[in-house]
Amino acid sequence: MPTIVEIKDLKKSYDGGFEALKSVSLDIEEGEILALLGPNGAGKTTLISTICGLVSPTSGTITVGGHDVIQDYRAARRMIGMVPQEIHLEPFTRVGDAVAFTRGLFGMRRDDAIVDGILSDLSLLDKKDSRTFALSGGMKRRVLIAKALSHEPRVLFLDEPTAGVDVELRRDMWALVEKLRASGVTIILTTHYIEEAEAIADRIGVINNGELLLVEDKAALMARLGKKELKIHLRDPITTIPSGLEAYDLILTDDGDALVYTYDTKGERTGITALLSALQSAGAQLADISTHQSSLEDIFVGIVKDKS
Amino acid sequence: MNWTGISAIWMFEMTRFFRSIAQSLISPVLSTSLYFVVFGTAIGSRIQQIEEVSYGAFIVPGLIMLTVLQQSIQNAGFGIYFPKFIGTIYEVLTAPISSLEIVIGYVGAAAAKAIMIGIIILITSFFFVDIQIAHPVFMVAFLVLTAVTFSLLGFVLGIWAQNFEQLNLVPLLVVTPLVFLGGSFYSVSMLPPFWQNVSFFNPVLYLVSGFRWSFFGTSDVPIVASLIAVMIFAGICLGIVWWIFKTGYRLKS
Repeated sequence: MPTIVEIKDLKKSYDGGFEALKSVSLDIEEGEILALLGPNGAGKTTLISTICGLVSPTSGTITVGGHDVIQDYRAARRMIGMVPQEIHLEPFTRVGDAVAFTRGLFGMRRDDAIVDGILSDLSLLDKKDSRTFALSGGMKRRVLIAKALSHEPRVLFLDEPTAGVDVELRRDMWALVEKLRASGVTIILTTHYIEEAEAIADRIGVINNGELLLVEDKAALMARLGKKELKIHLRDPITTIPSGLEAYDLILTDDGDALVYTYDTKGERTGITALLSALQSAGAQLADISTHQSSLEDIFVGIVKDKS
Repeated sequence: MNWTGISAIWMFEMTRFFRSIAQSLISPVLSTSLYFVVFGTAIGSRIQQIEEVSYGAFIVPGLIMLTVLQQSIQNAGFGIYFPKFIGTIYEVLTAPISSLEIVIGYVGAAAAKAIMIGIIILITSFFFVDIQIAHPVFMVAFLVLTAVTFSLLGFVLGIWAQNFEQLNLVPLLVVTPLVFLGGSFYSVSMLPPFWQNVSFFNPVLYLVSGFRWSFFGTSDVPIVASLIAVMIFAGICLGIVWWIFKTGYRLKS
């Protein structure tokens, strides 16, 4: 996949010396859904705002579709749609006019067919003539998305699209993001919900304290760090691992009543059958068996803890 | 140039104006009518002619200027302050539209509204006093220049203001006195010499004087001086606006 957004050595520091972004470099591929995951105040919004033109970078470069976002801002911004985290809408404007206004700002002539199409995709068509203050919170958020899509952008930034949104709406939002991606739009979303990144992203970037700690394919990230643990509880505590089990790299728990075996779920052989028969040969009496797979959350907490 | 973007902002602002057409038009027309009744007819009938013009007619250019100044500042100030206040400014700042285009859109709309109100007041005045316009082209030029200049000033205030109090403070504390002391209701030649000299530092004097000249052909200061003063004032406002966008002052972090 070709790169559509290229960020090189991006730094942003404020007058007080606070570094919101510390040399961030990132390539975003065309057509992917990239989730930027990080705790509040990690720098996610600053990163998005800098790409979209709301924050001036201290140093570094950003290109969108090969266009520098500062030197060639018109071409770059024409490719970008942005949905802010907070709901910012002029209360007295009608939904259709609000969407047409954004399209106009992007230098495109009013086209009711396109506006209607976008509203219809977002189930907003029947609200076209409603004033925005009369809409529910979820509807308002959709209006913001409709505005961001009004000029048919190639790259869409969603800043915490589901913050403070109920479960049902969140699932709707995920379905919508998937639909947008199917239409060829590259999507970058920030979130602090790990399940959200796990549910919809192709790649996941972990950001904390203004540093991009890693960007990896979600499946690879899960596979690399997504080891599974088999815990074998023993009827009688032991002090040493019985002989004949050296090959399995078992770990004996501190109280000696369980053995922990780590294996790769994606591996050809998990080695569980062999281990169990070896245990039987060694005369171990098993009380119980449990397994645990690390979730993205465990991985995330691990990464953030490691680096800080 | 992103003309579509400019017209989007312009139309958006004008829609806001027409949405509240009652407040936008009735209040200036009403207050001007009251000025005519009180100053023009009640008090004015006891005042002798000024520079061969009846007092009622004499105050017409001043009244129009007073309203155009206030409306320009208010419209432009509110026009840019409100999106900042409710956060919708983000979409203007992320759009492929240059600072100059943003200013043309907002300031153009504010000035257009102020000019419309100025013209309505002029029409209203025809019902109260007998008035002729000696130099219509200059009159229009002064009206447009003043509206644009003070809309620029309003735009600067709207960017600078961090709350509604600040937004209202400058028009109230600075502009109203300048307008009243700028010869809206009298000729500066009626002032004692000291205050006459002070008045010459008031930019509004040049506007009112030039505007009045376009009606009656007489003025407190030479018409060329008026024109130069307006241009200088417009230049200063433009300079500040340019600086705001260059540094992102109170717009970008």
